[in-house]
Formats: sequence, C-alpha cells, structure tokens
Amino acid sequence: MTVVERTVVITNPQGLHARPAELFARLASQFESEIRVSRDHQPVDAKSILHVLTLGAAQGTELTLSAEGVDAQDALEALVRLVDSDFATDETMRQESSG
Amino acid sequence: MKFVDFVSRDAIRTSIDVHDKEQVIRSMATALLESGKIAEDEHESIVEAILKREELGSTGIGRGVAVPHTKHPSVGELVGTVAVSEEGVDFDSLDGEKVHLLFLLVSPPDRPGDHLRALENISRQLRDETFCRFLKQSKTPDDVWQLLEEADNNQFV
Repeated sequence: MTVVERTVVITNPQGLHARPAELFARLASQFESEIRVSRDHQPVDAKSILHVLTLGAAQGTELTLSAEGVDAQDALEALVRLVDSDFATDETMRQESSG
Repeated sequence: MKFVDFVSRDAIRTSIDVHDKEQVIRSMATALLESGKIAEDEHESIVEAILKREELGSTGIGRGVAVPHTKHPSVGELVGTVAVSEEGVDFDSLDGEKVHLLFLLVSPPDRPGDHLRALENISRQLRDETFCRFLKQSKTPDDVWQLLEEADNNQFV
C-alpha cells in the first residue's frame, strides 16, 4: 500500500476555522485512503471536522498530510490544492478531485 | 483557552424544547441577552449573522455537536454559551446525526485567534467520549458548568 506525505502552510488570516475544516474533512472523506494530518507530530483523522479543528491551525501553521491507500496520491494532491487555493469553495474543483 | 474563559455560566441552557436550527440559535442568543452578554438592540442582527453563516455550510461538526458562530462588531470579547437538547436538533451535520450539544460563539471581528482557540478547545475536549456523553446527559446548567470546569482542569484528557 502506498504511503504519501505532503506539507502545507495555512495562509488564511482566520486560520483553519470551522468552514475550511469542514471543506477539508469533506474532501478527505471522498477518498478511500486513510488520511491523517498533523501539527507538531500529533496526527489526527483528516476526515473528521472535530479532529481537524483540534489542530487550532492559525495563519502560518505548517501541517503535514499523510495518506495510505489506493488513492493516496490523488487524495493528497486534492487536499494540497484545496489548502493552496485558500479553501476556494469551488464545487467543480472538488468534484474533479474526487473523480 | 479554557471553557470558563468564554462560556457565560448564566446563559447555559439544558433540556431545551426547540427542534430546528433557527429556533435553537435564536434561543441561545436570547440566553446571552438575558445574561447581559449581548445588547438587546443587537440580538436580531446577531441571530441573522449566525443563520447566514450556517447557509455557507452547517457547523454541525459530528458526534452530535454543533458550533454555530459569527463575528460581530457589537461584542468587545469572545462570548459563548452552551445548550443541551435531549431529543436533538436537525442541523444538517456532515455525518447526518441530530445535534444534542451546541456551543454558540460570538467574537469580535478583529480577534480571529480567540475564535480559533475556542474552537480548538471545544473540539479537543469533545474528542473524549466520556466528556461528550456526560455533557449531553446534563440535566441542569450547573451540571454543564461543573463538567466544563472539570475539563478545564484536564480531568478528561
């Protein structure tokens, strides 16, 4: 099974608050792979809003994403794109990344 | 940030008898008004701002918990309250479950860090199943307050 790891930086001035956390968990949930996200080596489940919010990631925080599973590569590319787009709420982009 | 730093003790409500999103948000804002945390002439504006935020996407974060919130220029510091519903409120949560536990937050627009730390604290504590279950079973505001204090003293995590 492939394990993939990527690093992202939160650029949103509001940080990873409820709305981006929801978008992040919702997108992660579209993939089969097990996806974890960590800040300072405490990995949490990327598919749970509750878990993602525990990161308390303010602007400038570096997060490490890791995915393990058949679609691990696609999952991380989609999640990195979401964070890099500053959580653009573009339905098309999300559908494409799940397909 | 601890619960006691942003939860208004006098505004905690248990056994609430409302079942839809708008009613519960309205009644929680009213509780904040009654405890003197928000101004009477700002009440409606705050309710509408929270409802508008819900339209972007539900703040039901799973495990029967929701965190309805808004920024609002009328508050000078982060204010919040807790409501417990035995029967549950339909909240369009991501996991489809009804919401039994609500944390409502109103924060000053220029303090995103406080809001983020409150969310972090709520989510971190609620990851503990025992704490989450006890809170949902609380029958009185005093029960809720006592649990929040215990959580603040790291008795659950």
